[in-house]
Amino acid sequence: MSEHKHKSFREENGSYKGVFAWIFSTDHKRIGLLYLYAIVSFFLIGVLLGALMKLELMAPGKTVIDPATYNAIFTLHGVIMIFLVVVPGLPAVFGNFLLPIMIGAKDVAFPKLNLLSWWIYVFGAIIALSSLFMGGGPPDTGWTFYAPYAFKTNTNMLPAVLGAFILGFSSILTGINFIVTIHRLRAPGMTWFKMPLFPWTLYGTGWIQILATPIVGITLLMIVGERVLNIGFFDPALGGDPILYQHLFWIYSHPAVYIMILPAMGAISEIIPTFANKSIFGYKAIVISTLAIAFVGYFVWGHHMFTSGMSGTALYTFSLLTFLVAIPSAIKVFNWVGTLHKASIQLETPFFWAASFLFVFMIGGLSGLALGALATNVHLHDTAFVVAHFHFIVFGGVGFAFMGAIHYWFPKIWGRMYNSKLATSGWIIFFIGFCTLYLPMFFLGVTGMPRRYYDYVEKFHGPNIVSTIGSWVLILGLIIIIYNLIRSAYKGEKADKNPWGGRTLEWTVDSPPTLENFDEIPVVNRSPYDYRKNLES
Amino acid sequence: MNKHTENHVVPYSLYIYVLAGLLLLTMLSVGVTHIELANLTVFTAILLASIKSCLVLVFFMHLKFDNRILQILVTAVFILVALVLFITFLDYNYR
Amino acid sequence: MSDAIHLHRDDEASKLGMWLFIFTELLLFAGLFIVYGIYRYLNPVAFHLAAEELSVTVGTVNTIILLVSSATMAMASTAIRLKNKQLTILLLLATLFMAFMFMTNKYFEWKGKFEHGIFPGSEDLLRLGHGDTLFFGLYFFMTGLHALHIIVGFVLITIVCYRVNNNTLTNENPVLLDNSGLYWHLVDLIWIFLFPLFYLIT
Repeated sequence: MSEHKHKSFREENGSYKGVFAWIFSTDHKRIGLLYLYAIVSFFLIGVLLGALMKLELMAPGKTVIDPATYNAIFTLHGVIMIFLVVVPGLPAVFGNFLLPIMIGAKDVAFPKLNLLSWWIYVFGAIIALSSLFMGGGPPDTGWTFYAPYAFKTNTNMLPAVLGAFILGFSSILTGINFIVTIHRLRAPGMTWFKMPLFPWTLYGTGWIQILATPIVGITLLMIVGERVLNIGFFDPALGGDPILYQHLFWIYSHPAVYIMILPAMGAISEIIPTFANKSIFGYKAIVISTLAIAFVGYFVWGHHMFTSGMSGTALYTFSLLTFLVAIPSAIKVFNWVGTLHKASIQLETPFFWAASFLFVFMIGGLSGLALGALATNVHLHDTAFVVAHFHFIVFGGVGFAFMGAIHYWFPKIWGRMYNSKLATSGWIIFFIGFCTLYLPMFFLGVTGMPRRYYDYVEKFHGPNIVSTIGSWVLILGLIIIIYNLIRSAYKGEKADKNPWGGRTLEWTVDSPPTLENFDEIPVVNRSPYDYRKNLES
Repeated sequence: MNKHTENHVVPYSLYIYVLAGLLLLTMLSVGVTHIELANLTVFTAILLASIKSCLVLVFFMHLKFDNRILQILVTAVFILVALVLFITFLDYNYR
Repeated sequence: MSDAIHLHRDDEASKLGMWLFIFTELLLFAGLFIVYGIYRYLNPVAFHLAAEELSVTVGTVNTIILLVSSATMAMASTAIRLKNKQLTILLLLATLFMAFMFMTNKYFEWKGKFEHGIFPGSEDLLRLGHGDTLFFGLYFFMTGLHALHIIVGFVLITIVCYRVNNNTLTNENPVLLDNSGLYWHLVDLIWIFLFPLFYLIT
């Protein structure tokens, strides 16, 4: 038995061999990594599509692709990045891997369901991507599948919509699993307010997954009904209201932004105290703001539809609620900055990612207020400004947090260290590329360049060239980062249990963890970010 | 936890009473359609349906015997749905 | 506590998981109820008249069937705890029988509508106007989705019945029966709202 104990989860195969030992494994850590490999693959496809769009926009007129292909590419870029990458991104990868360890459990509450949700994810992804290869061509409606495009277009809408519907199921099952795990499997002594912040954000995320995803599920089913049975829910010619589609779609898809960003905030809340060597500032404020974001975020969907012709009352309400939801986000930023105040900071790669997260998240958040105000929204609606805004939040926020998280937990997951210098240079190139790529789009938007346009007038040429060059720099940074991580997973130095000096439970187990994480379930009797000296004694 | 549920073996008779109540309310809601209530028709129908659904939730679905957290969660979900409906109508009612 | 949970099964967790799933189902139908509410608000007269096309008798009979089946399902939970295997199976079979009756009624109701040329996208329906198109579109979509849930519940209860008969589901581990019961009551709950909205508000 004792020999057994020190085997890591990567070596313990169970009853299957080779790749089957992974794809049939109910171990939360293996499932987390399965998600990671799938998500990174889809992410790279999405990046390539994005780069292709930028290449097309390098000069006015047709450069590399024709307009119809451009429409298909921005749709696929959106569908892949939203439904396949960022929505499952942090919760499914790091949530699965770390949630049980961080709360002192041996696995999630329903391990088989967990494996099932990965399979559903893969199945949904295959269905969604099959729209590329079937006759009729890939969908060209944009990832929002707006009515009436969605039932007027002759492209392969059905697989894309059904794929998104199936992916929703996977998301719901993950949410159910996490909530039950957090309710039932916290280690003895870990009260709600002794739980680390990453699990807290997963808890908030889980609720949004459960309560918002079904709405988009039924909406997508109605689109299917519309196309197959000609029911007329959203077709004005049959009495339906296309605006109602927008309502239903955004009732999910706005909270979905919080499915993406909450775990990102959680990861940042883990990284910052570790590298500041200091307890997090305002733990309870962060917890409460997490729940507040999850709750208020459910009622702000209308700010995507300010120019759709909604009633004035609805406009004011949604604008007010949008401003309200900015408050808890700002509270978190103050807390992170407060944690860094007078701290002795360890300058390591994960910290650089966290610090740059604060920078880009602030820009993204503040530009969001410009869009949430009714008057400025009229000017900025559907321009490149919006694209820049949500890339700063979704790519800048979630993407940077994901990068930070993978550099932070890398030693725990693979049991090896990466080359720190290479990782840091990858970060700085990526960061410069990111800003060069998206900052010009703010200016383009303010001066009037619409989003989703394949062509533009000569006066937008300058910023577009800068933006395209930025996309190349970003990809260069990405290549360095991925090369470094893959190489280090095989050849890096062995890491010990706690290379960064973290205080949460995952740093008390082996790197990589054993199959059951803990030899003995720990008893928790201190707050999660207790940085007092002589803790172990 | 097992003990908890075993302590609450619900007697058959309770279900019979609840069923009788539900059937009575069904008959009532069919009956009132013959009375001209004008604007109140929709309201009465929804009200009776809500009472019936409460009976199902509380007795058939055992919420009465479940822990407090579950009771709060179920209530919260219904409030959430009501709020979403309300906010959506802010658009349609004032357009 | 936690250690014990991992070695033994955790019924409380299964129940919580089932409830969370029920929440997703409720929200799924909530989306449709929102659509119904909006279109009823926009087409009050047409919805009013279209609802008169549906037979109140059939709707009422189906409501009674479903309510009784819900009661028998709930009683099965009590019966299994009192170790009364025969009664449990009897109650489950009664539930299955009523589910079957419900579907039979539904079949004839839909069939009648189809024969009158009323089905999604039919020419007769389009001729009736926007309000009727939406009403019957929603009627078929919502009752159809509900019927799909009845079928899933039917399969679930059949499995439970088989396992009770097998003695693999007893008073020691009634959680599958309880959770199937919760699911069945959910189906009932949704019908409680569908019935007045489509059959009664005329």
